[in-house]
Amino acid sequence: MTEQVDTLSQIQVNDHHQAQKPLVETKALKKHFPIQRGLLRRVVGHVKAVDEVSFYVMEGETLGLVGESGCGKTTTGRCLLRAIMPTSGEIWFDDPKLGRVNIAELDREQLVQVRRNMRMIFQDPYASLNPRMTLLDIVGAPLKAMGIARGKELERRVAEMLELVGLRPEYMRRYPHAFSGGQRQRVGLARALAPHPKFLVCDEPVSALDVSVQAQILNLLQELQEEMGLTYLFVAHDLSVVAHISDRVAVMYVGKMVETAPTQELFLSPKHPYTEALMSAIPRPDPSPREKRILLRGEVASPANPPSGCYFHPRCNYVKDICRTKEPAFEEISPGHYAKCHRATELALSGVATLA
Amino acid sequence: MSGNEVIAEVKNLRTYFHVPEGVVRAVDGVDLVIKPGRTLGVVGESGCGKSVTALSLMRLVPSPGRIEGGEIIYYQSVRETSASSLSDIIDITRLKPNSREIRAIRGNHISMVFQEPMAAMLPVRTVGSQIMEAITLHQNVSHQEARERAIEMLARVNLPNPDRIVDNYPFQLSGGMRQRAVIAMALSCNPHLLIADEPTTALDVTTEAQILDLMRKLQADYNMAIMFITHNLGVIAEMADEVAVMYLGKVVEQTDIRSIFINPLHPYTQALLRSIPQLDDVMTRSGERRQLHTIKGMVPDPYTVLKGCPFHPRCPHFMSEVCDQVVPEVIEAEPDHIVRCHLYAPSPEEAQTRKEAML
Amino acid sequence: MSKTTFLGKFFGHGEAVEAEVQHEEAFYRAGQWQLVWWKFKRHRLAQVSMAVLAVFYFVAIFAEFLSPHDPMRRFQGRLAHPPTAIHIRDTQGRFRAPFIYGTEQGRDPVTFRPIHVADPDSIHPIRLLVRGDPYRFWGLFPTDVHLFGTAGEDAMPIYILGTDSIGRDVLSRIFYGGRISLSIGLVGIAISFVLGLLLGGISGFFGGAIDDVIQRVIEVLTTLPQIPLWMALAAALPREWPQLRIYFATTLILSIFGWTGLARIVRGRLLSMREEDFVLAARLDGESEWTIIVRYMLPGFASYIIISLTGSLPGMILGETALSFLGIGLNPPTISWGVMLQQAQNIMNVAHFPWVLWPVPVVVIAVLMFNFVGDGLRDAADPYMS
Repeated sequence: MTEQVDTLSQIQVNDHHQAQKPLVETKALKKHFPIQRGLLRRVVGHVKAVDEVSFYVMEGETLGLVGESGCGKTTTGRCLLRAIMPTSGEIWFDDPKLGRVNIAELDREQLVQVRRNMRMIFQDPYASLNPRMTLLDIVGAPLKAMGIARGKELERRVAEMLELVGLRPEYMRRYPHAFSGGQRQRVGLARALAPHPKFLVCDEPVSALDVSVQAQILNLLQELQEEMGLTYLFVAHDLSVVAHISDRVAVMYVGKMVETAPTQELFLSPKHPYTEALMSAIPRPDPSPREKRILLRGEVASPANPPSGCYFHPRCNYVKDICRTKEPAFEEISPGHYAKCHRATELALSGVATLA
Repeated sequence: MSGNEVIAEVKNLRTYFHVPEGVVRAVDGVDLVIKPGRTLGVVGESGCGKSVTALSLMRLVPSPGRIEGGEIIYYQSVRETSASSLSDIIDITRLKPNSREIRAIRGNHISMVFQEPMAAMLPVRTVGSQIMEAITLHQNVSHQEARERAIEMLARVNLPNPDRIVDNYPFQLSGGMRQRAVIAMALSCNPHLLIADEPTTALDVTTEAQILDLMRKLQADYNMAIMFITHNLGVIAEMADEVAVMYLGKVVEQTDIRSIFINPLHPYTQALLRSIPQLDDVMTRSGERRQLHTIKGMVPDPYTVLKGCPFHPRCPHFMSEVCDQVVPEVIEAEPDHIVRCHLYAPSPEEAQTRKEAML
Repeated sequence: MSKTTFLGKFFGHGEAVEAEVQHEEAFYRAGQWQLVWWKFKRHRLAQVSMAVLAVFYFVAIFAEFLSPHDPMRRFQGRLAHPPTAIHIRDTQGRFRAPFIYGTEQGRDPVTFRPIHVADPDSIHPIRLLVRGDPYRFWGLFPTDVHLFGTAGEDAMPIYILGTDSIGRDVLSRIFYGGRISLSIGLVGIAISFVLGLLLGGISGFFGGAIDDVIQRVIEVLTTLPQIPLWMALAAALPREWPQLRIYFATTLILSIFGWTGLARIVRGRLLSMREEDFVLAARLDGESEWTIIVRYMLPGFASYIIISLTGSLPGMILGETALSFLGIGLNPPTISWGVMLQQAQNIMNVAHFPWVLWPVPVVVIAVLMFNFVGDGLRDAADPYMS
C-alpha cells in the first residue's frame, strides 16, 4: 500500500502537470476515535473516521472532497492543519520557509509557521466568528498572534483584507451581529487570508447559505484563487457545487478514499459504483424525465463497525463474491484516475451525461 | 382525472407575526391551487414564507403568528362520489386553532412531514405505538387492527422487517429510516393532501433519492396531492408538477414544472435558476472557469415594508417610478403561467395609470 | 437571524424603526456588555429591583447618618415601645410640620402590662440634620449629626418602627443590620466565585483524573443536607472568637455550597466552548492557550457566572438569617437581620410587640429583589442566542 502511494504524486507530476508539484500530500492518513465505555473508560472499539487516506493537491488547483455525512471528509480536512491530531500517516506540505515538511511530526513552533500558509474556513458563519470581538480583532487575530503586524499596520492590513473580500473597511469596528450569513462568511474568509496563505481548507463553506448568496461566495473564492494564487481543498457534500469549483474531485465513503479523478473525467466516466450512485442521486434542476436512476439499497455503513471486504459491497449493484471478502486497492485506472474497486476496469458506469 | 378538480385552494392568504419588534408579514397575499394526485412545489429562499404557508394550512402557525386574512378552502369530499357531500367545503381559516373540526382534518385529511424526522416523533415511545395512535385517533379500529395497519404502513414505505421495527424506538433508526417511519405515520390515514416541508433536506443525497422515489410511488398509489416545500430547485424539478416561486411572503411566479425551468418569466426566478451551479456544465467546460450569476444585494430583513414590488431593490430589470411604487398584480402572462411583475403588464402606460390610481 | 430581528430584541416596537436609523451604527459597534445592558433595560421588574437594591445598599453604607439612634442604645423606660405615629394635625385640628407626641409609660388596666401612652400636650417636631447619639462615621470622623430625629435633650425620641424588648430602636438596627446581612452574601459569593472559577476551570481545562476527583467532590457536597451541615459547622465555631472572625467564618460556611454550582457551570461551558468553531479558528490563528481561555472563552461565559452568583446571593442572605436566628451564626452584640430575629423566638414578643418582626419583610424584599434582578440578567445574559 505505502509503496504504491509513494509513487502517486510522481506519476501525476510527470504525466499531467509538468511544471507543477503537489503542495499538500497525505500518505495513509488515519484518524481513529476511540469508543469508551463504562466507568473506567475502557476502549471498546474505534470509529475509523479517516482510514488510510492518501491524496495530493497540486499548487494552484482546487481539489473537491465529497462524500455523505460521516464519511470523514471534514476530519480529513481538519487533520491537514492538525486541528485534529491524526492517529497515523503523513501529511507533507511545501512550506515556503520550512521547505517540504511532514505536518504530523512538527513541533509547536513549526506548526505555527506552517499555519501561516495553511488556513481554514468553516461551514457555520455564526459559530465560526467570536460574537464578542470586532472585525478588527477577528481578522487581526492571526496577524497579531503570528507576529505579522500590530497597531496602525494591523489596521491597514485588516482594512485591506476586508476590501479584498468585498466588505467596507469602515466595518472593522463592528461586531459580527451586524452582518448577515453571507457577509459573515466573507469575514471568515478575510481572517483566513490575512497572513497571505498558500493553501485553504474550505470546510463546506457554502452549505449554510441561501442559493443566491452561495453563488456570491463561490465566485469570490474563484476570484481570490486567481488573484492570490491559492490552492483549495474544497470539502462539500453538494456535488453540483464541487463540480463547479474543482479541478479534481476525490470521493470518500466510510473513511476511505474510493475515487479520485480530474473533475470532468470523474463526472463523465466514474469508475467506482458509489460515485455513480452519488451522481445519479443528485436532484437536478432539469424537468425532463430521467432515463435511468440508480437507487442504492440500505444505509451508509457505520465507521465504528464497517462491513467486511469492500465497505460499499452491501449497497453495491455490481457486487461479486470477492467484494465481500477482500478489500480492493486504491489503484490508478487511467492516468490521474484512481479508484478503489475490484471491478473498476471492467465496469462501464454511467456519468452525468448518460444519467441525464 | 379532470384538470379542474381541486382539493384545496389558498386565496390571498396573509399570515403575520406580531412580535415586540414589529410585524413580520411572513405570508402576504398567497394564492395556491392544489389538485388531487398532483404535486405542487413551493420553492424559495429562507424567510420567503413557504413554511408558514404550510403551517397555515394545518392551522399550526406558532404564536405570535396569526392568519390575518384570506381563505384556505378545503374541498373535503372531492374523492367521494356521492353528490350530497358537495357542500362539504370548509374554510380552514375560519376554524378555531384547536377545534374538533381542524383536528378531524389534520392527520386524517391533511398530513404533514417535516424536515427533522426526530421532531415529528416522541423519543420515548415506539414507532409502532405512535403510528397506531394516529390511526385510532381518526378511525374506529381495534388495537390489533391498528397494529396490523401500522406494520402494513411500515412495509409500504419499504422499511425492512416492519414487524420488528414497529416495536423500535425512533433513536434506534437511522435518519433515512426515521423519515420513512414519519411518512408511514403521515400516510396511515390515507390523507388527501400531504404537506412535505423540506422532507429530505436533512438527509444525504443517496437517502434523499430513496425517499423522493418512495414519495412518488406512494403518491401514485394513493392518488393524493402533495404540497412539496423546498429551497432546492433540483428536488423541485424531480418532484413537482406545478411550481410556485415565493419571495418575501408572495408567490411571484406560478406555472407548470417545464415552463418554470425552460421559460422562467419573473426576474427573481430567472436569477435564482442562473445562480445555481449546474452539473451539466462539467460536460461542456474546457478548462476555463465559469462565474456563477448572482443576485445583487440580499434578502431584506423581515420588518422592512418595501414599497412596490418586494424584489425591486435587487432586480436587474428595475423600472424606476414603477417597480418601487406600485405593487405588481398577478398577471397571466402566458396560458397557465402567472407572474407578479410589471414587465408583463399589458403596457407601461397601464402600469402608470395604475400607479396614479394608487396615489 | 437578520440584523433587525436582532436589533429589535434590544429596542421595542415603535422605537424599532427610529432606533434603527439612529442607533444602527451604535448597535453594530456595541460589544457584549453594551448588548446585555440594553436587553436588561427592557426588563422593567429587574430594573426596579435593581433600584430598590441600590437603595438598600445605600442605606447600609450610610447607616450611621441615616439611622436616628445608636443601634446599641437602650432607651430606659421605653422598652418594647410601639412605632411612634407621625402627625401633621394636632388635637385642635391645626396643621403643622410633622411631629410626634411624647409618651408616658403606664400600665394596661386589664392586663397590667406596661404600655406607652401618648400625651397630646407634648409635641415634638421632627427635624432634619439633628444632633443625637454621637458616633464615628465609618469609624473615622466623630460627629453626632443624624438625618432626622427630634431635637433637644429631653425631646421624645422617634421610633419609626418601635423599639425591641430591651429598648433599642428597630429602624436603626435594621439599617445597621443591613451592613452585615447584605454584605455577607457579597463576601460569600466572592469566595464562591474564586473557588468555583478555579476548581471548575481546572476541572474543565485539564479533564481526566483531576476532573473526576473534583466532580466527585461536588457530587458528595451537593448530596449533603445543607442546613444541618451549616448548623454543625456553625455550632463548632468557638464562642470566644471576635465578632469579625465569626463573621468571616460564617461567610466561609455559607459559601461551601455556593461554589459547586458555579464550578459546574464553568466546567460545562469550558468543555462545550472548546469545541466551538471560533475557538478552533483562534487556535489555528496561532493564539496561545492562555489567550484563548481569557480572550475567547471567559467572556463567553462571564454572563453565566454573573447569573449563577446573583442566583446564590439570596440563598446566602437567607442562610445567614436562618443561622443567626437559631443562634449559631452571628450573635449579639453583632447586629444582623438574623440576630434581630432572635427576639422573635419568644412567642410573647411576637404576640405583644409584633414590630420586632420588621426584619422579616426586609429580608423578603431583599431576597425577592435579588431574584428579580437574577431573572433579568438571565434573559439578558446571552445576547447572541437566537
